[in-house]
Amino acid sequence: MEKDGEPSTIDHQLSTIWAALAQVPDPEIPVVSIVDMGMVRDVQIDGERVSVTFTPTFSGCPALHVIRQSIEDAVRALGVQDVEVRSTLTPPWTTDWINADARERLRQYGIAPPAPAGEGLITLEAEPTRCPRCGSFDVNLTASFGSTLCKRLYVCGSCKEPFEGFKSV
Amino acid sequence: MSAALNESQREALIRKLTALADDEIILAHRDGEWTGHAPILEEDIALANIAQDELGHALLYLGLRSELDGSDPDRVAMFRKAAEYTNTRLVELPKGDWATTMVRQFLYDAYEALWLEAAAQSTYAPLAEVAQKALREEKFHLQHTALWVERLALGTEESQRRTQKALEELWPYTAQLFQTVEGEAELVEAGILPDIAAVRVRWEALMVRHLQDKCALRMSREAFPGPSRENHTEHLAPLLATMQKVAREVPNAEVW
Repeated sequence: MEKDGEPSTIDHQLSTIWAALAQVPDPEIPVVSIVDMGMVRDVQIDGERVSVTFTPTFSGCPALHVIRQSIEDAVRALGVQDVEVRSTLTPPWTTDWINADARERLRQYGIAPPAPAGEGLITLEAEPTRCPRCGSFDVNLTASFGSTLCKRLYVCGSCKEPFEGFKSV
Repeated sequence: MSAALNESQREALIRKLTALADDEIILAHRDGEWTGHAPILEEDIALANIAQDELGHALLYLGLRSELDGSDPDRVAMFRKAAEYTNTRLVELPKGDWATTMVRQFLYDAYEALWLEAAAQSTYAPLAEVAQKALREEKFHLQHTALWVERLALGTEESQRRTQKALEELWPYTAQLFQTVEGEAELVEAGILPDIAAVRVRWEALMVRHLQDKCALRMSREAFPGPSRENHTEHLAPLLATMQKVAREVPNAEVW
């Protein structure tokens, strides 16, 4: 069985698993998937066992248990019996991993996508944010904490719309 | 990458991780006491968010502790008595008025952010990972509370008076944040923990810049090193009684 066809079967299985995970929505922002968010770090197939490594977005995120279970369910739905879901903190999750397509979907959904996170972590100033509706930078931060840990609240000075902005982490 | 720990390093690191987690748990509880009582809805939500983050950090620290001694983070948090807790007195003081809550949170957030920034360089890889993770969240707390302290200090006569009073009452307690636990020096030597004295120098510079220069508050009081982290005010026991009530009544509850 150690023929040329073997690796391509594995590749095929891997891409099937990734495709299934790409259908798992972020429980708090269902317009993007956990793959879009850059949360799925690695998928490994070892014989009958599938191991998925994911990285939590916020350490106190109440959706972590749901995400872990959703990953397991998605892989099991492909007929895999032995599923292991691991979490890792290395490297720490950053909003820079949210892919371009997902950023655009966030914007259309009314959530300002995160600005580049960069390395200067300790600063007393908030990062610049653009109104997802009219594109203006004339926005006011009204609350640093929103309905979920990952978002802040703004009002646009130009089109007057209130909106949520993804924190740049 | 992570250096193997000898026995005394392991014990000291367990003590330090527990102290770090205890500060986060107790402060999160005090913040949570504002739920439904904050001056405006946004702040109700903000403090609940901050409390949630701090509990997340506590869980990270207790997760590291668990790797060292096999302890269960939930049991550590919910089944110890006041005398076994090693949080600082600063975080267990009653929540007070809004100015007290914001000043305390600012003093603590700045300390936490600077400590985490230093700890992100730890030679003990699991701690460096946790610090890098938590630091990304902590900056939002610091931005939030720095703004509130400024707003209150430069606001009305009443808000200025309350903010000044809060700072005077809380400042002496900050020294305890910079006390070392037993065996900490050895961990600093090995590059496992940051030198807390160096963190303090940076913290004090930030305090002067924000509280005195920007917010025009008087920083007149000295911070005296208090008793060790095992000694508490009379406020901790009632806090734990409330916080641990459900866990103790239904010790085997798992999913709810």
